[in-house]
Amino acid sequence: MVTIQFIPYTQIEGLSSLGKIRKLLNIAKQDKIVLLQGRLRKEEETELIKVTMEEINKEFKGIELAVINPSATNLSGMQRLRSGFANMLLGNRQGMTVIGPANVVKQIRKDPNKIELFTKDSKKRKKKAKKR
Amino acid sequence: MGFFSKLFGSLFKGWFKKRGNLKLGLYGPPNAGKTTLANKICKDWLGEEMGAVSKIPHETREIKIKEQIAIKSKGKELLFNLVDTPGIATKIDYEDFIKAGLKEKAAKKRAKEATRGVIDAIKWLDDMDAVVVVLDATKDPYSQVNITIIGNLQARDIPVLVTANKIDLKKAKIKKVQAAFPQYEVVGLSAKYGTNLKSFYETLFKVVK
Repeated sequence: MVTIQFIPYTQIEGLSSLGKIRKLLNIAKQDKIVLLQGRLRKEEETELIKVTMEEINKEFKGIELAVINPSATNLSGMQRLRSGFANMLLGNRQGMTVIGPANVVKQIRKDPNKIELFTKDSKKRKKKAKKR
Repeated sequence: MGFFSKLFGSLFKGWFKKRGNLKLGLYGPPNAGKTTLANKICKDWLGEEMGAVSKIPHETREIKIKEQIAIKSKGKELLFNLVDTPGIATKIDYEDFIKAGLKEKAAKKRAKEATRGVIDAIKWLDDMDAVVVVLDATKDPYSQVNITIIGNLQARDIPVLVTANKIDLKKAKIKKVQAAFPQYEVVGLSAKYGTNLKSFYETLFKVVK
């Protein structure tokens, strides 16, 4: 069984960058797939990778990460301006971020219009956990 | 404050560039061919190689720098320090290294060093004056690591040249890489066999200016 936890943007908007990363990573470390409304800032995405690397151990192997963004190229000039202004005021709520623990998610395959999540066999996962 | 630090940053960057202390970073996911390209550049212009390469991912686990490389193209010269960085990944499992043929102890050591290497590579992003993003043209260019690296370079106003490496392989798709990053110069090449390196150097001049 795979658990997916949805996090609305309002749950992280008041947090510091590190606070956001901690919150999302803590959920992923419980072997849950995080579905975040919107996206982190670009700098926060690299910080997420950095913190993930610091936390890797026997039990936690890292994450699979994917951001789905409504293509900016499809927007008209006015729409783009409006969306940029809204992002500045309200944070980046557009799109969706998927963070899957590497123990559960084998691969996230993405092209601009679709996203595929390949999960690991849960029996194998349990066997591995027992070994440890 | 942000404006002034940006202004001073660009002034200093320009000053260092003139003195040939430009730092050119090679970034990308593991096993894309960053060190193979670094070796090719060093062999072409210094006559010596930079580091070891391997089929097992995360062979480069420390930042490596080769100083004072002068490349020439169409009568112009570009002087820079080449920075080869460990591959950036979001997950590292020592069991993958065991599957690749390493003993358990060596695999665990490699995994530990590899995580440190990713952190260092990210920390060094701020220090780069220009970056060559090395992608494996046989793999999916839309991976989030690629998008995150390039997005960060864009946010930092660092000039970027994207290379679609391994074009000697049948599965290589340069057009897919170009479609993924239409706002950047994309050069298809084979670092292993030195294919299209001339075009790579010419484009590098264009990007770095």
